Amino acid sequence: MSAHSPIDQIEQPASFAFDEESEAEIATILAKYPAERKASGTLPLLYVAQKQMGRLTGSAWVPRVAMDEIARRLEVAPIRVYEVATFYLMFNTKPIGRYHLQVCTTTSCWLRGSDDVVAACKKATGIGAFGQSSADGLFTLTEVECLGACSNAPILQVDDDFYEDLDGPRTVELIEALRRGERPTPGPTIDRMGSAPAGGRKTLTDSPADQG
Amino acid sequence: MLQDKDRIFTNLYGQQDWRLAGARQRGDWADTAAILARGRDAIINEMKASGLRGRGGAGFPTGVKWSFMPKNSDGRPHYLVINGDESEPGTCKDREILRHEPHKLVESALIASFAMGAHAAYIYIRGEFFNEARHLQIAIDEAYAAGLIGKNAAGSGWDFDFYIHRGAGAYICGEETALLESLEGKKGQPRMKPPFPAAMGLYGCPTTVNNVESISVASTILRRGATWFSSLGRPNNAGTKLMAISGHVNTPCVFEEELGVPLKDIIEKHGGGVRGGWDNLLAVIPGGCSVPVLPKAICETVLMDYDSLRAERSGLGTACMIVMDKSTDIVRAIARFSQFFKHESCGQCTPCREGTGWMMRVMQRMVEGRAELEEIDMLEQVTRQVEGHTICALGDAAAWPIQGLIRHFRPVMEDRIQAYKAAHGGGRITQVPQGVPVGIPVAAE
Repeated sequence: MSAHSPIDQIEQPASFAFDEESEAEIATILAKYPAERKASGTLPLLYVAQKQMGRLTGSAWVPRVAMDEIARRLEVAPIRVYEVATFYLMFNTKPIGRYHLQVCTTTSCWLRGSDDVVAACKKATGIGAFGQSSADGLFTLTEVECLGACSNAPILQVDDDFYEDLDGPRTVELIEALRRGERPTPGPTIDRMGSAPAGGRKTLTDSPADQG
Repeated sequence: MLQDKDRIFTNLYGQQDWRLAGARQRGDWADTAAILARGRDAIINEMKASGLRGRGGAGFPTGVKWSFMPKNSDGRPHYLVINGDESEPGTCKDREILRHEPHKLVESALIASFAMGAHAAYIYIRGEFFNEARHLQIAIDEAYAAGLIGKNAAGSGWDFDFYIHRGAGAYICGEETALLESLEGKKGQPRMKPPFPAAMGLYGCPTTVNNVESISVASTILRRGATWFSSLGRPNNAGTKLMAISGHVNTPCVFEEELGVPLKDIIEKHGGGVRGGWDNLLAVIPGGCSVPVLPKAICETVLMDYDSLRAERSGLGTACMIVMDKSTDIVRAIARFSQFFKHESCGQCTPCREGTGWMMRVMQRMVEGRAELEEIDMLEQVTRQVEGHTICALGDAAAWPIQGLIRHFRPVMEDRIQAYKAAHGGGRITQVPQGVPVGIPVAAE
């Protein structure tokens, strides 16, 4: 399991309330599940809370008071939400930087040069080790397990977006662009359509409409 | 090899419009009501006759799985749950369906749900696939707006709702009962079986869990017929399959291919060949990291299907292969998987919780060669203690890559241990923990 910090050691905000945008999302989410199975909303509501924190504070994480509010909404014991929040890697139980750099180092990415991507992330942000944030608070670097885009390895996930087919220099460029407040288009960083072979498709070439 | 006319996923690369209009042009949603009008039994029988085996890795016949659902409801609703938690290292095929062929999935989910008496389906998508889930949600919204799902779906008289549930970064939730736990809002810890999901699944109701690809091919199989599908591939290994190549090839990619094609031909055609030429090949992991590695000698002749790979004591798995050339440190490549399984163990069963950590630590020493020769056998023994002794197959999955390594690359491990001994003076000193200066006698020795 991931190395979460104990919740008690983090400086926690005193209160948390879902805002209007979140409330609209929650209504959509809870409509998906049978009324007596509201607990199914635990993961989705943790996402809503995390996203709201990102939106309002610039740091997408889930404070304990938000977990308590989720427990109240879903009519479950708070511990049920705590244990879910700490079981799943994607919920940040402590504050993170504005940009969450999640670099895959599993074998498929490693074979294609993820060590260079990691080195570039550290160099461009000044972060010394996984799990840390940059001094300016902009970036947090996390080592993640396989992201499921192995034919486009190596991958760096920035918040919700995958940047693919990276190397060291392109990783530095990406991070510099983020620092300037830009959001480069996600996907392959080389000339390539999705997961098709670089240099052009070898299948699905029959239809004239597809050419290109 | 497969021709374009027999490909199911004709928009695999997103080269065409993935939304409803584009999907209709590719034939999706053409006569959905007519397919449902054939009736439940006819649909299940056609799926059985097609020979489709589960595309998520286990290879269980899909039609047979559907037939396990109770024929009549005892008052409890039935559920279809689609497994889109694609997280097995090396595997990246369902992602292409979610983002480029979402309507094949939605339409097939309706058909499958009807065949098993379900009025609702949930798809569990790994949390990292945020943009993929967004595409699918747009497709679902389009289908509702067009009357293709919802009340009287596609004019069939069947009511059908389809919901996305996102995971949050836990590989274990790809195990079907852990997935159900997660969908219920809990930690993803697998359940004991029996009861099987077909009897007691989501919310205690009859449930079938199928992989994204297994579901998505259903509409095409039912349109083109079981005979067409089973004419592709080999007996007991029927049809086409999404595959992927990653690692040391010239053109890593995802593609659809017929089962039963030689692995070598696939690497040459789709992967553009091994980096540096075929003779530079060291090994291939054929179907996601939990299936054992195959050395070059076997890769020369083995066919890419369930039974051929099983016969070589490996497996088709997800058919997403990892190719490694001779520059690869094979021990480190496998040790990274041990780290993966250690990270992803849910901690519920002792052999897995302790064993994955133990295996990882020994494997990390094996990477350096900081071990004794006898420890290779001990490591192999430990994998046998984990394998088959846990609630779910994660323990097995953690054991198999190491077993494959020892089976095929034992000399590499031995050489490394000998080299370490030679460099560090040999003897029992090789086993001192990292950080302790080499050369200082250990107490009581």
